[in-house]
Amino acid sequence: MPRADNDEATATAEDQDEAAAATPRPFWSGTLSFGLVSIPVSLFPASRRLSVPLRMLAPDGTPLARRYYGADDDKPLGEDDLVRGYELDDGSYVLLSDEELEAADPEKSRDIDLRLFVPVAEVDPIYFERGYVLASSAESTKAYRLLAKVMEDQGQCGIATFVMRESEYLIAIFAGHGVLHAQTLRFADEVRPVRSLELPEPQQASASLVKSFVQAIDRRTKKQLDTRELRDVQLAALREHLEHKRKQGMDVIHTEQSDSGAGPHAEIIDLMEVLKRSLRGEQVEAERPARSHRARSRNPKRPAKTRPSPHERARPQPRKRRAGRAGGGTEH
Amino acid sequence: MTLRAMWKGTICLGEHNVPVKLYAAVEDRDVRLHLLHGRDHARVRQRMVHPETEKPVAAEQIERAYETEPGVFVRVEQAELDALVPKPSRRIEITHFVPHDAIEHPWFERPYYLAPDGDPARYAALVQALEHRHRIGVAHWVMRKRYYSGALHGRQGTLRLFTLRKLEEVVDLTELPSPPGRALDPRELSLAEKLVETLSGAFDPASFKDEHRQRLLELIEQKRKGGKIKQPRAPRKAAPESLSGALQASLKQLMKEDRHAPS
Repeated sequence: MPRADNDEATATAEDQDEAAAATPRPFWSGTLSFGLVSIPVSLFPASRRLSVPLRMLAPDGTPLARRYYGADDDKPLGEDDLVRGYELDDGSYVLLSDEELEAADPEKSRDIDLRLFVPVAEVDPIYFERGYVLASSAESTKAYRLLAKVMEDQGQCGIATFVMRESEYLIAIFAGHGVLHAQTLRFADEVRPVRSLELPEPQQASASLVKSFVQAIDRRTKKQLDTRELRDVQLAALREHLEHKRKQGMDVIHTEQSDSGAGPHAEIIDLMEVLKRSLRGEQVEAERPARSHRARSRNPKRPAKTRPSPHERARPQPRKRRAGRAGGGTEH
Repeated sequence: MTLRAMWKGTICLGEHNVPVKLYAAVEDRDVRLHLLHGRDHARVRQRMVHPETEKPVAAEQIERAYETEPGVFVRVEQAELDALVPKPSRRIEITHFVPHDAIEHPWFERPYYLAPDGDPARYAALVQALEHRHRIGVAHWVMRKRYYSGALHGRQGTLRLFTLRKLEEVVDLTELPSPPGRALDPRELSLAEKLVETLSGAFDPASFKDEHRQRLLELIEQKRKGGKIKQPRAPRKAAPESLSGALQASLKQLMKEDRHAPS
């Protein structure tokens, strides 16, 4: 039986987020608090996935849409025909209604409550999930700057759990150059302990071999990361190939319809612009919660892929409720 | 059960070659739900349909195209895409090293463990050298038809490889302007420092649980047995008006609770 929820090999949780945002806007607005101090903030992503959207077309060039079908039917199913279920070991399902799933939702909160500060060096990058930048959304930036200065001076970061788009996240708030930024963290049980790999005991290496490696390291040490090496050569090659075809008029189709908007084509430059403006004190509106995506604990209520994504042109379907969408999530 | 390696490669550093096995360090724990047909509780299928006729289009008739700009599609054949795929290789090239704190967190993507693959002595020497010098290696390799870049990290005798995001995708934190404002009041600064110090502690990742996931699993278990559960509500919190007032009140509250460690 074909699987319904993981059909889309291409789109990850992050991809769908990027696709949903027409222009870079804060993912979340709320307060950052420590003790009884409340700092109104907006949360922006610190990275965007870039890609060229791949679409399925009919022979006449019309972009296709996705529909769900039952086992025997040839009629597409509407939302009312669908239920969500959790598969048990024996292959049977436990059905879960929207109401039941909602009851399990985290309490809606607009607060990141920092109850713990830890030395920055103690947070192992193995927990890093996704990066964000925080801008102050208050009239006065005093509290924001105060927290940033203290954390930076003390070499500390703040740890909290918070709710963003109906999912609960563990987050670490950092300060650097007067700016607050953050990283959502994986929960401990999502990271495999090294011992689970059953690796052989680490060996003691010979001093001369270690010395040889140290020399090799020292010879190649630079003060900063050479980011030119991180250019997306694969995407550049694809774009070049497509541009060549387009210029030659090879296999090119023009259509009126497209709901891709600026989403997948939004460059990181736009995001930087919005971030700079926000940090300078201009107000930016929070994004409307993006629509559904894969049915999983990060957002289990919405059926996967019944929403019209920029990757397809779908007929608008009646929708009972808009569910929020996790800003970060497990990546593929 | 021992985990099987996802991939095998060789770290190439000058004249040194260190063969390694790669393992995913992340375990997906999300509660996955499936879409079922309400009528018979069978899994639904997806099909691609023509939006005007609502009729499914046969797989062999579906064309794939990249949308280079809104409304402009360039059709591609699989052969063209195959030609763009990088040549397979087992080499993990290390181009340079940077201080251990030189890579800002937004660059990090996904963590992997590396285990020695037949030459434990070289592996051990490399980890030791990395840890001794507090450096991170910048690595490039090809895996599963994609180019990867990553940070090579040594920790407690084990090598980790963190894939890094692409240059075009990441915000350079050093380019961000800091919010403007009047000079900070030294007394408020001092209060804030004391407050942060009072809330300081050790980072114990295991002390944080994904409670949402727990509730979902409990819900599923209850339904499987035939019951229902209710959720407790989280208490709300009110904050005082001024920053100074808030700082003072926070400290007072914390001193009263006599905390030596965070809850």
